[in-house]
Amino acid sequence: MKINQKIFLQLGISFIFFGLIGILINNLTINLIRTGLGFNFSWLFKPASFALAEYPLPYTSSDSYAWALFIGWLNSLKVVISSLILATLLGTLIGFARTGKNSLLRLISAGYITIIRQTPLLLQLMFWYFVGFLGLKDNMFIQIKNIFNISNQGIEFSGLTFSSEFLALLLGLSIFTSAYIAEVIRGGILSVSQGQWEAFRSLGLAERKGLIRIILPQALPAIIPGLTSQYLNLAKNSTLAIAVGYSDIYAINDTIINQTGRAIECFIILLVSFLLLNLLITNTMEIINKLILKSRKYS
Amino acid sequence: MDPIVVAKNLTKSYTKGLRALDNVSLTVDQGKVLVVMGPSGSGKSTLIRTFNGLETFDKGELNILGIKVDSTHDERKIQKIRRRVGMVFQQFNLFPHLSILENITLAPVHVQKRRQIEAEKYGMYLLNQMGIDSHAKKYPSQLSGGEQQRVAIARALALKPELLLFDEPTSALDPERINEVLDAMRNLAEQGMTMVVVTHEIGFAKDVSDQVLFMDSGKVIETSPPNIFFSNARHERSRKFLNQLDTY
Ligand SMILES: Nc1ncnc2c1ncn2[C@@H]1O[C@H](COP(=O)(O)OP(=O)(O)OP(=O)(O)O)[C@@H](O)[C@H]1O
Ligand SMILES: [Mg+2]
Repeated sequence: MKINQKIFLQLGISFIFFGLIGILINNLTINLIRTGLGFNFSWLFKPASFALAEYPLPYTSSDSYAWALFIGWLNSLKVVISSLILATLLGTLIGFARTGKNSLLRLISAGYITIIRQTPLLLQLMFWYFVGFLGLKDNMFIQIKNIFNISNQGIEFSGLTFSSEFLALLLGLSIFTSAYIAEVIRGGILSVSQGQWEAFRSLGLAERKGLIRIILPQALPAIIPGLTSQYLNLAKNSTLAIAVGYSDIYAINDTIINQTGRAIECFIILLVSFLLLNLLITNTMEIINKLILKSRKYS
Repeated sequence: MDPIVVAKNLTKSYTKGLRALDNVSLTVDQGKVLVVMGPSGSGKSTLIRTFNGLETFDKGELNILGIKVDSTHDERKIQKIRRRVGMVFQQFNLFPHLSILENITLAPVHVQKRRQIEAEKYGMYLLNQMGIDSHAKKYPSQLSGGEQQRVAIARALALKPELLLFDEPTSALDPERINEVLDAMRNLAEQGMTMVVVTHEIGFAKDVSDQVLFMDSGKVIETSPPNIFFSNARHERSRKFLNQLDTY
């Protein structure tokens, strides 16, 4: 009786699920016929004929759409990975401050976390872009012997150039995510028993050393899943690049849709790009998690 | 020779009006063992935790190994004290992610800046003393409670402390495991270690202690040599407590 009920329930759910997919595919075909475009990807290899503000690999407007999309994906990867690192460093420091002994630092970090989490990311990005960078003069006061130069064009540092768009996005994403990471770190630290703190303190180990050698290793299993989900959020939030005019995969997709009308193909490409990016993040974190578990011979 | 521990009028409240420590004064001389007894919540843990700065206090003075601390809780002085005072906890509090030997060498290497090899050699010697050197490469979770507590004692000894604090070291152990830990503590006392021990183990207190301090509601009710305390306690409150202990 119970097993029968289960089977019927599952059949019902499958029926609804495949029904919905059927409707979607039907709509899609009708739309494609209506636009007269047909569903194909051959346009990918035609010249993109638009310029890109920044490209980690050589790019000209005579290169193909496919290449432009790949450049966009690399741009996304670049900003996501660098924000991820910066957000982690920042978030860890703030998480430490939040759980530390110094009450002033505790207050400041709590304020930071609250302000950052209570305001929309889009607003923060706009702030860093328009107030932080475009607010700067053409040639700024800080210019140190051609090694370091900061202006409304961005930052030049010993031959490397970072555009203000990239920097605004980097800063915005890192700071926004760091507030969430700080809370993840705090949760992890609080998951370690008070006895561990007392044990290292009574051995004369300094707070910072004890935190890094004793508390953090035990907090990691509680931290990693939360961290992974923050990294995935960061990757998805990076599509707000379009607001500051950074040529990420989403922004380039948008341009291509406007040029070619290939909305459906472009959405599929976007979907796959993000799936790839997020699978990369998830798998890397999975490997890190396994390494940690393996190094924990106890439990 | 100066006493190892001198406490004068220590007073502390966690919550207003309720005194966890109420004018506690005591002295522990070099090489002596002080056993602290008292009902649950009487302030025994709070008291010995002030000795190595795990707990602050509101009033009074403390002189540990000649280092004076007061209610200002000077971190630098406390750090100095901690390098010379070992502590053993009820729940062992071993570091679960470190091997037994790593648990023991952590402080010598990172606090005293001794060489790893040297620290390991001394660590193995201590484990041998505790009769658990065959477990050096294992992790705490692979050991029985009694073994873990002996590792905790070895860890506290690794800094060559001049004072050892024990907070109910056998309360979390199976009855058949209690003696192996008490024996290790007896040996330490025989070797002249100065110790303050919070415990309900009457046998240990009778055999090993020089003084028994009985607390209730944060106050010291009496401090007596064990032969007097257990046969002819001066205070009604102490006798009542001992009667209750006997019924277990
Ligand atoms: N962190 C704390 N916050 C608030 N009150 C506390 C705290 N620690 C202890 N107390 C209170 O202080 C008093 C003394 O506690 P303490 O732990 O020193 O007693 P104890 O004699 O060690 O008891 P037990 O035998 O149960 O270990 C108790 O009333 C307890 O509730
Ligand atoms: Mg206690």
